[in-house]
Amino acid sequence: MVATLNTNERQLALLVSILVTIAGFVLAAAGSDDPMGAQGFVVVLFGLACTLAVIRGFFEPEPGTERLSQYYDEPTKAGIVIAMAWAVVGMLVGVWVAALLAWPELTFVDQAWASFGRIRPVHTSGVIFGFGGNALIATSFHVLQRTARARLPDQFSPWFVLLGYNLFCIVAASGYLMGITQSKEYAEPEWYADIWLVIVWVVYFLIYIRTLRRRKEPHIYVANWYYMAFILVVAVLHIVNNLAVPVSWGHAKSYSLFSGVQDAMTQWWYGHNAVAFFLTAGFLGMMYYYLPKRAERPIFSYRLSIISFWGITFTYMWAGSHHLHFTALPHWVQTLGMTFSVVLLVPSWASAGNALATLNGAWHRVRDDATLRFMMVAAVFYGLSTFEGSFMAIRPVNSLSHYTDWTVGHVHAGALGWVAMITFGSFYALVPWMWKQERMYSPKLVEVHFWCALSGAVIYVFAMWNSGIIQGLMWRTYNDSGTLAFSFIDSLVKMHPYYIARAVGGLFFLIGATVGAYNIAMTIRAARLQERAGTPDIDIPEVRPTSGAALQPGE
Amino acid sequence: MPNFHRRLERNAIGFVLAIIGVASIGGMVEIAPLFTIHETVEKAPDMRVYTPLELAGRNIYIREGCYACHSQMIRTLRDEVERYGPYSRAVESQYDHPMLWGSKRTGPDLARIGSKYSDAWHVAHLINPRDVVPESIMPRYGWLQRNPLRTDDLSQHLAAQRSVGVPYTEDMIANASADAFGQANPDSPGARGVKQRYGKATNVRLFDGNTQRLTEMDALVAYLQILGRLTDVAHQKSAAAED
Repeated sequence: MVATLNTNERQLALLVSILVTIAGFVLAAAGSDDPMGAQGFVVVLFGLACTLAVIRGFFEPEPGTERLSQYYDEPTKAGIVIAMAWAVVGMLVGVWVAALLAWPELTFVDQAWASFGRIRPVHTSGVIFGFGGNALIATSFHVLQRTARARLPDQFSPWFVLLGYNLFCIVAASGYLMGITQSKEYAEPEWYADIWLVIVWVVYFLIYIRTLRRRKEPHIYVANWYYMAFILVVAVLHIVNNLAVPVSWGHAKSYSLFSGVQDAMTQWWYGHNAVAFFLTAGFLGMMYYYLPKRAERPIFSYRLSIISFWGITFTYMWAGSHHLHFTALPHWVQTLGMTFSVVLLVPSWASAGNALATLNGAWHRVRDDATLRFMMVAAVFYGLSTFEGSFMAIRPVNSLSHYTDWTVGHVHAGALGWVAMITFGSFYALVPWMWKQERMYSPKLVEVHFWCALSGAVIYVFAMWNSGIIQGLMWRTYNDSGTLAFSFIDSLVKMHPYYIARAVGGLFFLIGATVGAYNIAMTIRAARLQERAGTPDIDIPEVRPTSGAALQPGE
Repeated sequence: MPNFHRRLERNAIGFVLAIIGVASIGGMVEIAPLFTIHETVEKAPDMRVYTPLELAGRNIYIREGCYACHSQMIRTLRDEVERYGPYSRAVESQYDHPMLWGSKRTGPDLARIGSKYSDAWHVAHLINPRDVVPESIMPRYGWLQRNPLRTDDLSQHLAAQRSVGVPYTEDMIANASADAFGQANPDSPGARGVKQRYGKATNVRLFDGNTQRLTEMDALVAYLQILGRLTDVAHQKSAAAED
């Protein structure tokens, strides 16, 4: 990684690594009698590791100028590997927390760090930010360069974004185990981590805009619209929802600027749009590039892309209040949220339909190629879970589904079925291109992964549908004398078999991801062995869609 | 439209501004009025702030991620009101930075758990939930009883709360640590100051049953026992509605 930097960039990398280390020491000193101190040492370790890595490569020969005529893919490669590592860790923790709900005394009884409340955010942040975020960063660098036909503007800033982002993830995850959290769902990290993420994010945006300004394509391709919406709107959401006043500069703890009903609305405006712009927009960007490439078909409809893009960007931002039906939030806001959630089905299905119609003429490939099938199933799950989402946002439905496992099932239909599947599909397309291999190490294992992932997701979602609806119905069942028929604990007891089924579904998904990580690792190993043996690169050109759809809107 | 869009997608900065503009509308329409329309939060003259001990307990509740399984928001539905009590009012979380309404009930709602069970029940339940509810799947929280509560920085906590809008007085901030100790030790000289500053109805008890030291258990139980009790407004209103 350091070998690809030029001398100036190596100096800059060294400087930044040392600054990060110093910042870690400052954090450790300021928070010496607070959990923040331990967070400081996490930063110090990370900074030292970066410093050492830079020093080790500091005097290697500089890369030649021929690099400027090639795309810069080193950060993408690293991002893929890191994303897969987070996938395995995040999903493993997911299976762990799922098992704890079925068997609460299973592991580390009465140990603070391993209690459900502390490891649950490790799972959610691990998969959303660790796996999802790294996958988005890695693929966005790849897609951006190909569709703009321009190299990344420099070699330092992509590394800053990738590694800086992972520092954020590590600080967040280690903090949860120590009990550091803001309690805002999907925005748990505390103020210092939030500020760091803003810095990383600004650099990320600058990479995007600088590369686009140097593009050799007149038009900005659809995939980039989505990646840009992801970067921009997540920045806005992140900053507003994390406004807080720390207890002191030496405390990890902070108090959010907003309280009560305003805080609730801000939180779910953030929470729902984290789903929209992190877990939907970014991954739609992925889909709009890798699916047509792999299918070798142009995008079905340019107009549909425009409608769905602006529809999603506009409408999603209104939908957050459907998380607060029947609460102390004013009724008019709930009604707006419900209305726009139903409208949201139109652009969502336009995207899903656009993806599926793109496969027309390539269905034989979907049958034979598990990679493309991953993407197809992802589009189907995307369509299904957006329908389910609009449905659950309707007030009477929400009165049953809210607070139950149905919501958890819905989220996982999206997360496992859509986000993870489109990522795995994209990675299986991307890895052979990146490491200049003809194909994955084992296409059979891709097939194994596909069926593990699909069966795991289906088992999971069915288990949660059952438990959620049973829960919701039991809570509102009255007996003949007009009193509630079931105590809360009655409903909890009924959940047990579904909690076991959910853990099994999650385990299937985890096994699939582990197989995928192994397959990717072996593909990389094959590339390394080839390089060492000195076989000249078989220059595999990336498969070009018939009409150049990946480069230009399909007109 | 396609022609306009073709021009737009040739202009990176224009596209960026368009995204920000289009995406901002929803939030502005839905969030900004919540700060300006006064009916959003009803008046409750008897609403009090959390005592330092309760605030410390609330922070432990957050630290342990209790909100992931317990909501604090009773919806305006008949079965919820019958199961948990009068539905939650906006004013009841007026001083909650952040709010803990929650999104999932793996365990029951806690918005009105205060005074429903004894302190001893809470302590036993937190140490091992299955001792009092055999079917429970809640984790054990024995370390709360073992960990001493940090009180030396409570003044800073109250000051930070005041800076985000909670009406703590100078007197409350200056005496935060002493009040925390006093509230959990009714026979200590500090106990009287707590009632003076936070009202006669404030719970001043040996929450964890132990006089020797102030533990995290004291704080969390003090917090749980005040949930739904900071103001009487919800009970008054539902009584008025029945008349």
